[in-house]
Amino acid sequence: MESAFTTADLSAIWLTIKLSTVVTVILLLVGTPIAWWLARTRCWWKGPVGAVVALPIVLPPTVIGFYLLVAMGPGGPLGQLTQSLGLGLLPFSFAGLVVASVFYSLPFVVQPLQNAFESIPERALETAATLRASALDTFFSVALPLAKPGLLTATVLGFAHTVGEFGVVLMIGGNIPDQTRVVSVQIYDHVEAMEYAQAHWLSAAMVVFSFVALLLLYTFNPSGKRK
Amino acid sequence: MIYARFDLAYLSFALHVDMQLPARGITVLFGPSGSGKTTLLRCIAGLERTASGLLRVHDEVWQDGAKFMPVHRRRLGYVFQEASLFPHLSVRRNLEYGLQRIPAAERKVQLEQVVEWLGLSKLIDRKDPDGLSGGERQRIAIGRALLTSPRLLLMDEPVSALDAASKQEILPYLERLHSELDIPVIYVSHALDEVVRLADHLVLLEQGRVIASGALNDTLSRLDLPTAHLDDAGTVIAAKVGMHDEDYHLTRLDFPGGSLWVSKVEREDGSMVRARVLARDVSIAMTAPKDSSISNILTARIVGMQDEGPDKVNVRMTLGDEHVLLARITRRSRDQLGLAEGMDVFAQVKSVVLTA
Repeated sequence: MESAFTTADLSAIWLTIKLSTVVTVILLLVGTPIAWWLARTRCWWKGPVGAVVALPIVLPPTVIGFYLLVAMGPGGPLGQLTQSLGLGLLPFSFAGLVVASVFYSLPFVVQPLQNAFESIPERALETAATLRASALDTFFSVALPLAKPGLLTATVLGFAHTVGEFGVVLMIGGNIPDQTRVVSVQIYDHVEAMEYAQAHWLSAAMVVFSFVALLLLYTFNPSGKRK
Repeated sequence: MIYARFDLAYLSFALHVDMQLPARGITVLFGPSGSGKTTLLRCIAGLERTASGLLRVHDEVWQDGAKFMPVHRRRLGYVFQEASLFPHLSVRRNLEYGLQRIPAAERKVQLEQVVEWLGLSKLIDRKDPDGLSGGERQRIAIGRALLTSPRLLLMDEPVSALDAASKQEILPYLERLHSELDIPVIYVSHALDEVVRLADHLVLLEQGRVIASGALNDTLSRLDLPTAHLDDAGTVIAAKVGMHDEDYHLTRLDFPGGSLWVSKVEREDGSMVRARVLARDVSIAMTAPKDSSISNILTARIVGMQDEGPDKVNVRMTLGDEHVLLARITRRSRDQLGLAEGMDVFAQVKSVVLTA
């Protein structure tokens, strides 16, 4: 064994990091308002929306992947939208993988944020209002800083969960080098080709990455500490 | 002038209020728990939204029919029962939170002033507000509210969550606020000792309704109100420090209508103090007692009487034109002395509590 990773492995690692970063950023932007709404609303929609957001936790990735494939295909609503915008079709492209991953990892970002927002006392927000802070101002100057532990959890979980996905990637992305072939798929390829040594290197790297990510989360996250 | 009318109905609680309050001094909303004092204060702040209501503060309309000015646009300060400091901000940043959010032209209260008034110089550089005592936290919260230069300061039982020592630490600051700042205050309390110390104007609430509203003594001395039935019913006499008797370590407090000797007060001559006289500490004599150990004997005129329980009677008396006194005596004494409205009598004051 001359080197730990082949060029294809490195390309898969790079693609995985790129995908996870893009997805995490989008998830934080999309998930934060959803989590805020879920945490504060008394509207009856709260239940159904919360359930839809949580669906990827219980559904097999193949089911999500299948429906996303249909939706993003030429006959699906997403597919027609992207075509009419001149973007072509999403399946089997990096962009398609991003969209699918956002859906798939959404609960891992929304739920920690929602919990964090729910634990902010109403009094803190009322106090800010009596000190002339508008709702938006209060959100950025009080709610978000107080939800920092939840924000950190959401970021790490969103990123790590995207790194670890396999089923949805296979359904939506296929296995195109530099486009959609992420680490988990690359490991599958190695195993299929009986390249166990290569599979080991990548798998061990994943284990180490996941362990370190979770370790950082549990060590540095103040929410885990008793006050 | 502050005009407020609110109608609010929850399942188990209703608030129906229509009142005018003076736009200066401290108005205390007083009543038992569940009487709606806090809800009323929250309505004034806009933290509670009533379907129907009218609220005018000075020349501004804060609520009128469909118009509802959001909380953050109302130029008010609000001090909650718990200090509610932002835990993620340092003491200084907490103090500056509201200050930074008002236009520079509206900044009438300066940070240095507030630090001096509330004795915050040792606290302002503390990083974590969580590590401070309850009294210190509440002082910071009061300072934070003042720094928005409010046109109306709302305080919801700001000392009731504190222990006795912290309470005694805060109250002098509130009195100082009263004398040095020209900001009208609406103060919610269920403790009579805070009322007599701070209030200029008293509003009594019961089951979501205002049952009395008026100047402190006018209200406290009314025999028909629940305050007259309290064990520590009594009135407050605003008096001036007159002269000192160094030999006996006493001070004479003068007021139109009489004077009172009290244990020596370490205050400058001429400064104003509030003397609280409880009804149960006042007895009545028909002639000036010459052989009594009680040195405070005031000439008074009986202006009202009402039975208090099976054996007692509350007597309302005037001292000169301005001040009133309550006495709680037995019914038998009343009948033996033949007391009646309009009679001139001698009121013997057994003890006086200085509140400020």
